[in-house]
Amino acid sequence: MAGRPEIKTLKNIAREIRIEILKMLTCAGSGHTGGSLSIVELLVGLYFYKFRCDPKRPLCHTRDIFILSKGHACPALYAVLAHMNFFDKKELCTLRKVGTRLQGHPQRGLPGVEISSGSLGQGLSIANGYALGARIDKDKKRIYCLMGDGELDEGQIWEAVLTGAHYKLDNVCGIVDYNKFQIDGKVEDTKALEPLKEKWEAFNWEVLEIDGHDLKEVMDAYDRAETIKGKPVVILAHTTKGKGVSFLENQNRYHGVAPTKEELDRALKELEGE
Amino acid sequence: MDRKPTRDGFGEGLVELGEKRKDIVVLSADLTDSTRAGWFKKKFPERFFSMGVSEQDMIGTAAGLALSGKRPFTCTFGVFAAGRAWDQIRVSIAYMNLNVIIVGTHGGISVGPDGPTHQAVEEITLMRVLPNMTVIAPCDAIEAKKATKLAASYNGPVYLRLGRSNVPIVTTQEDSFEIGKANLLRDGGDVTIIACGYEVYEALVAHEILKKEKISARVINLHTLKPVDRAVITKAAKETGAIVTAEEHTIIGGLGSLVSEVLTQEFPVPVEFIGVKDRFGESGSPEELFKVFELTAEDIVKAAKRVIRRKNK
Repeated sequence: MAGRPEIKTLKNIAREIRIEILKMLTCAGSGHTGGSLSIVELLVGLYFYKFRCDPKRPLCHTRDIFILSKGHACPALYAVLAHMNFFDKKELCTLRKVGTRLQGHPQRGLPGVEISSGSLGQGLSIANGYALGARIDKDKKRIYCLMGDGELDEGQIWEAVLTGAHYKLDNVCGIVDYNKFQIDGKVEDTKALEPLKEKWEAFNWEVLEIDGHDLKEVMDAYDRAETIKGKPVVILAHTTKGKGVSFLENQNRYHGVAPTKEELDRALKELEGE
Repeated sequence: MDRKPTRDGFGEGLVELGEKRKDIVVLSADLTDSTRAGWFKKKFPERFFSMGVSEQDMIGTAAGLALSGKRPFTCTFGVFAAGRAWDQIRVSIAYMNLNVIIVGTHGGISVGPDGPTHQAVEEITLMRVLPNMTVIAPCDAIEAKKATKLAASYNGPVYLRLGRSNVPIVTTQEDSFEIGKANLLRDGGDVTIIACGYEVYEALVAHEILKKEKISARVINLHTLKPVDRAVITKAAKETGAIVTAEEHTIIGGLGSLVSEVLTQEFPVPVEFIGVKDRFGESGSPEELFKVFELTAEDIVKAAKRVIRRKNK
């Protein structure tokens, strides 16, 4: 993309994405609300600015790769992909229904979805492998991998963190949706991660700490990540679980619960009133 | 009879593949020499990836390499691949039907002195329950080399079960080898011995012992455990009426189970199982352990006589 889109435009897209997410979750009757809403700006700042892809040719060789390691947040990815016309928006309402391409957790095969995921901790290794393959081919593509904070409990993530640094994979950009909650409750009560920035740094990753809902900071981070050579980068994005709807924000009971019809109406009023 | 470990056949096949094909890449979880991945590493260091002692990460990294268009071989011991990284194999490889060859060496109790933690006796079961997965247990080094080369052109993931010890070469270069197609090694009419891996050799010895006692035993090398050659098994049941399965692996879910699954649907006949009987391995020399675990030719002979008695009842 030539220049940066206006923040106002992106904010509007983010609002529309949130509306789609909530509608599809209510329609499905189940799914992960909180962690989908917390990654909206991280996706919008990527897909509508930095990311090289062609919705008409989803497997074209020059594309960048986005790996959703925290697969349960797929409603956000589905909404973004539909918004970009990877597939028809009408398909969003098939989420989690029999025969759908929009499985409860992402399944490779839906245009724009690079990997099947859902069992946590596996995405960063796959990103590294993709990056090693691209390096052999002298392919300039960038590999983005979005992880959850609770997901960082998985040992495999840290194996992959070692691998990324060992092979100096500067074509990998990790993103942590640091919304401070996991299913059982607060991250700090469940299994404390702090000091998190220092952990990644000690593993020889460059860490960019940002407000994950500030679209300027998000875009700056993606720009900056591209300029760092000789080591991988992780964007530590501080976010709010359930972001954008007052009664969903930081309410962890919506981790894996969809809004009811009434809650959806209230949420839409809030979002559409913006 | 020449002897060679199946892992050596794999190592040779891998080097030949590397020479012919630029898309072949190899990953190893700190067992580079033991798995013979080191032979490839020496010739093609730029396509070899050292993963350290991180089997789960190795599987995921291989998935990424496969997605980028490469044909990865992941190398470690069978216990660590199939056991430790089972969910990664399930979600990151089998679910996406990726072209990754998972090489599990040190299959079976013939690993010997290292003992139960290093003796894989459950991998065939663990791998064959996964949709899209192909499972091959070659019987000797020649077959291992053929399997390695064919697996590199196969569509979908392949688990290759290899051994550590020297095992007799029982096949020839000229013998046909096709994934999913069992090989008839000896014809016979009284009983059929269906074996895989090293037990194929023990089955051939059993065939000779039985012959001296005027018992005609058919011997089938079921090198591909999945997809299973149903036709060969069914034909054997119809023509001989009694089956012995022989595997250096737990009989729960392994060769014995899969043969039984076919027979109960197609043509039920009595079956006797030679295999590891719901227990862990233990330290010892392979020769001693084969006796302890009742996996020898003599054990197969006894099982053959038992199953023939059952048939005639």
